Amino acid sequence: MALELRESVDGSTQPSLALIEPSRAVGETVVRVRGYGRAFAGRTVLSEIDLDLADGELVALLGTSGSGKSTLLRALAGQDPGAFGHVTVPRDRAVAFQDHRLLPWKRVWRNVVIGLPKATRADAIAALEEVGIAARADAWPGTLSGGEAQRTALARAFIRNPRLLLLDEPFGALDALTRLRMHALLRELCRRHHPATLLVTHDVDEAAALADRILVIRDGGISLDHRHATPPGARTGSEALELRARLLAELGVDPADPNTNDQETR
Amino acid sequence: MAFEVVVGAGGAVDLADASLAGGGGARRRRAVEVRRRLAGSRWMRLGGPLILLAVWQLAVTLGHAPTVQMPSPIDVASTVRHLIADGTLEAALVASLRRVVLGLLLGISIGTGLALAAGLSRAGERLIDPVMHMFRTMPVLALLPLFILWFGIGEKAKVFLIAWAVIFPIYINTYAGVRSVDVRLVEAGRVLGLRRLGLIRHVILPGALPQFLTGLRLAMGLSWLVLVAAEEINATSGLGYLLINAENLLQTNVIFAGLLVYSLLGVASDVIVRLIERWALAWRSSFVNP
Repeated sequence: MALELRESVDGSTQPSLALIEPSRAVGETVVRVRGYGRAFAGRTVLSEIDLDLADGELVALLGTSGSGKSTLLRALAGQDPGAFGHVTVPRDRAVAFQDHRLLPWKRVWRNVVIGLPKATRADAIAALEEVGIAARADAWPGTLSGGEAQRTALARAFIRNPRLLLLDEPFGALDALTRLRMHALLRELCRRHHPATLLVTHDVDEAAALADRILVIRDGGISLDHRHATPPGARTGSEALELRARLLAELGVDPADPNTNDQETR
Repeated sequence: MAFEVVVGAGGAVDLADASLAGGGGARRRRAVEVRRRLAGSRWMRLGGPLILLAVWQLAVTLGHAPTVQMPSPIDVASTVRHLIADGTLEAALVASLRRVVLGLLLGISIGTGLALAAGLSRAGERLIDPVMHMFRTMPVLALLPLFILWFGIGEKAKVFLIAWAVIFPIYINTYAGVRSVDVRLVEAGRVLGLRRLGLIRHVILPGALPQFLTGLRLAMGLSWLVLVAAEEINATSGLGYLLINAENLLQTNVIFAGLLVYSLLGVASDVIVRLIERWALAWRSSFVNP
């Protein structure tokens, strides 16, 4: 069943964002993007993007700042009426942002179930238990640490049992140790709930540590679609280093030369 | 909130003192400790008014001022006692409170309604906002004759005048509050499945609440000012009537008593808003006191 949700005003191609509700099966295509593009004030940021995401796969979307990776994520979230092309996404989707975006005037558990009128406190506690902070269920978001806030944001996303999970640099503001713990948590949650996950990040190591598949966005298109043979947890040291070097090269960054870094970001 | 600031300031000063002492005597440290406790005590809040009263009493006694010009605090206190005993004060207070409460309720409802209409829609903003700023600058008291003309000399004119005055601080603050809600939270609410009504209820209204309460604080103060002005011109009951009567009879002590009652009402209004804030903005005070 496909549903026309939104049509953009401009764009020569027929724009559409369709919502599908297919049955769940690992490996099945959940997201289909064809001829997607976006321009801001006449400047084309992204164009002619085709992309399929399968159920259960964790895909990292790498790009330098300003490359349009967050723009693509917003389109998949259904929050960008100005995009053109065909975007088919499941109705059940959830988003987590770099800033946790918890409502400061609602206690943690109420933040988890917001927008879910049928969900109870017990449901919220169960979701919080999964991310290991059920004890903070009645706390105000303002009293949480950065890691706790992001755990709450993950609980808020996973309680929706999403078929598509969109993560916009969710660990970007965390310290290195907390980030490592969050990586393990995210992998475990994704294994259990197997949504199609798109993780937007500018961190090459994060992409290499988490993703089954890595996309690099560059010059307005997807320049690399890399599916690694070994799963993220099982990669050896030298394999990880090789991958890292390849991704950096793809991003136009030469770690040895301090002057190359800015070329791509204008 | 102000209370915490006072404690913080006291703490900072004491830190400086302690470092000056440079490990000096225990007596000095004890003095610092006493001063710190005193500064932190709630009773400190009464210190200012008490000093003021003492100076007033001394000035009147030493200056031999005639009671008609300047009654002493003791005179005023006994006047208040008399006014309470013969029921005058209670009757005036009840009449005035009724007008203020009605006027406030009416003004808050209208002001909030207009602020939401203007804050939540472009069309509403274009229609309402310029008109509100036109009316805002009109002096309220200059409108009193018109209100009497339109609504008679009864209760209506006074209640409506209070409502009119209150609309503006409520409108301006609530409107600003609605507009200052973090768009990122609105976007988050939307991707989490909130529709328009849900967004208003869960994101926009709570986000605008702190500003609304600022408006409420202003509105409560304003309502008493307007009430008395209205009652002094046109009333047969209430605090303003009590005052204008005393003015005509040159009962200075009654004027002072009336003014004292006003200041106490101001304090009471402030306490009420504080209590509302403590309850409604509990999530915010958690930033101060985890």
